Amino acid sequence: MDLEQIYREESARILATLIRLLGDFDLAEEVMQEAFAVALQQWPGEGVPANPRTWLVSTARHKALDLLRRRTRFETKQEELQKLAELREHLCELEDGPQEEQEDVMISGALQNGGLQSDDRLRLIFTCCHPALRTEAQVALTLRTLGGLTTEEIAKAFLTPVPTMAQRLVRAKQKIRDARIPYRVPPRTELAERLSAVMLVVYLVFNEGYNAASGDAVVRGELCTEAIRLGRLLCELLPREPEARGLLALMLLHDSRRDARISASGETVLLEEQDRSKWHQGKMAEGLALVESALREAPPGPYSVQAAIAAVHARAENASTTDWPQIAGLYDVLFRLQPSPVVELNRAVAVAMAHGPAVGLRLLDELEERGELRGYYLLPAARADLLRRLQRWPDAAKAYRQALVEVSNEAERRYLNRRLAEVEAKIGSLGFSR
Amino acid sequence: MQYLLLIYGNENHFDKMSPAEIGTIHQEYMTFSKSIATSGHMRGGNQLDRISKATTVRMREGKRLVTDGPFAETKEQLGGYYLVEAKDLDEALALAARIPSARWGSIEVRPIIQHDMPS
Repeated sequence: MDLEQIYREESARILATLIRLLGDFDLAEEVMQEAFAVALQQWPGEGVPANPRTWLVSTARHKALDLLRRRTRFETKQEELQKLAELREHLCELEDGPQEEQEDVMISGALQNGGLQSDDRLRLIFTCCHPALRTEAQVALTLRTLGGLTTEEIAKAFLTPVPTMAQRLVRAKQKIRDARIPYRVPPRTELAERLSAVMLVVYLVFNEGYNAASGDAVVRGELCTEAIRLGRLLCELLPREPEARGLLALMLLHDSRRDARISASGETVLLEEQDRSKWHQGKMAEGLALVESALREAPPGPYSVQAAIAAVHARAENASTTDWPQIAGLYDVLFRLQPSPVVELNRAVAVAMAHGPAVGLRLLDELEERGELRGYYLLPAARADLLRRLQRWPDAAKAYRQALVEVSNEAERRYLNRRLAEVEAKIGSLGFSR
Repeated sequence: MQYLLLIYGNENHFDKMSPAEIGTIHQEYMTFSKSIATSGHMRGGNQLDRISKATTVRMREGKRLVTDGPFAETKEQLGGYYLVEAKDLDEALALAARIPSARWGSIEVRPIIQHDMPS
C-alpha cells in the first residue's frame, strides 16, 4: 500500500468533492488532511479499504461534523449558527442517504449534460478560474487545489514572497465565499468563454515553467509537468473539447524539446541549432497524435493551431527540412483567430525563413513602427537575426544591443551577447567604424 | 443573498443624445426594472442626480469637512443603482449585464453584508 501514491492520484478529487459538500475550501483541506492522517494510522494494520476514495471522503465528512459541533459551541452570531446547523444537517443526510447518491457524487458517472462528467474536479477548476478573480489568483488557486502544490512551492515558482502568495490565496478564497461564487460547471451558454479562461491559466503555468525569467531549473520543470497534468485532466474531463487536446499537444511538443533548449554553458539554443536526438520521442509522439485528433474537428482553435505549428517543427528531421511555408500559412490562420502583435512577430519570422530575410525584415520594421511591442525584446532580437543574415553588421549590432536592454531571461541574454560579439567582430575585421 | 449593482457611466454620454434617444433608454430601464421585479430579484433602485449636485462630507479630528462634488473625480460617475436578491454571484452578474448602461459604462457588483437593520 502506498498512501503517498494514493494522495498524489486522489487528493485533488477528494478535495474537490469535500469543497462541494462543505462549501468551504479551508475546512475541506483541513478535514482531508485529518482523514489521510487517520488512514496512515489505520490502513497498515487493517488493510487498504476496497474503495479508498470513498473511505477518505467519508472519514473527512465525520471529521467535519466534529469540527462543526465544536464551532457551534463557541459561535454566538445567529446567522453563523444557522449556517452551521444547516451544514451539519446536510452532512448527516448524506450519511444516511441512499448509497447511489454517494456513488454519483464520488465516482465520475456521466451526468447527461452534453457529455460533461459530474466530476467535482471540473467544478473546482471552473471555480478557481472564475473571471471575478484576478488571473494571478486563478493561477495560484488552481495550483494549490488541483495541483496540490504548497503555498511555498507556488511562491518559489513565481518568484513571489511567500506571505504575498499566501495573502493572494486567502483573498481569493474569501472572495469565493463572500461574493458567493458558485461551485459549479458553467451552463452551456457560458462554457466556451469560461473554458478559455481555464485553458489560459494552464497555459500560463506552462509558460512560467518554460520561459522562466530566472530561478531554479528544477522548479521550472515541475511547473511544466504540473501544467501538463492539468492539461491531461482537462482532456479527461472534457472529451468533446478539441481545444483541450490542442493545448495538451502544444505543451507536450514544447516540453519534448526541454533537454535540448539550454546548452551546457547555460545559453539558449535556438530551435534550428538544437540537437534533435535530445528531443523526447515519447512526448513528441503523444503530442503529434493529439494534434491530429484535435484538428480533425474543424474549425481549429488557437491552441490547436499553435500545436500544429509545433508539430511541423517536430516532424522535420532537421532545421533545413522544416516546412516553413506551411508554418507561415498556419500563422496566417492563427492571426485570424488571435490578431495580436506577438503572433504577427512570429509570423514574420516564419515568412523570413520561407521567403528570405528581406521580406521578413520589412514585416518586422512595420511592426516596430506601430510601437505595440515596445519593450518586448523578441522584436529587436528577431530584427537583429535577420539583419545578421543579410550581413548588415552595424544595424544588426544596434538591434542586438536594443534586445539586450530589454531581455530578462539569463539564458537568452547569453545567447544575444554571443551574437553581438560575433557581429562586432565582423565590424572590427572589416574596418567599419561604430 | 443581496447585491448592490452600482451603475457607473460618463454623465456626458446623454448630453450628446436627442430626446428621442434618451426616451428609448428610459424605456429600456423601465422594461428591465419591471422584468426583475416580476422575477423577484428587485429590492430597490434609483437614478442619481448629476455629480454637479453632489456634496462630500468627511469628519477628520472632530471637524466636519464639506466639499463640493463627488468623492472622486473620475471619467465615469455613479449614476444609479439596483439592489437585488440573487442566489449567487453568477446570477447577480447576469442581472448586471442586462442593465442598459452596461453597454457604455461599468456596473460594479458588491455583495451586501447582512445586518439586522431597524425598519
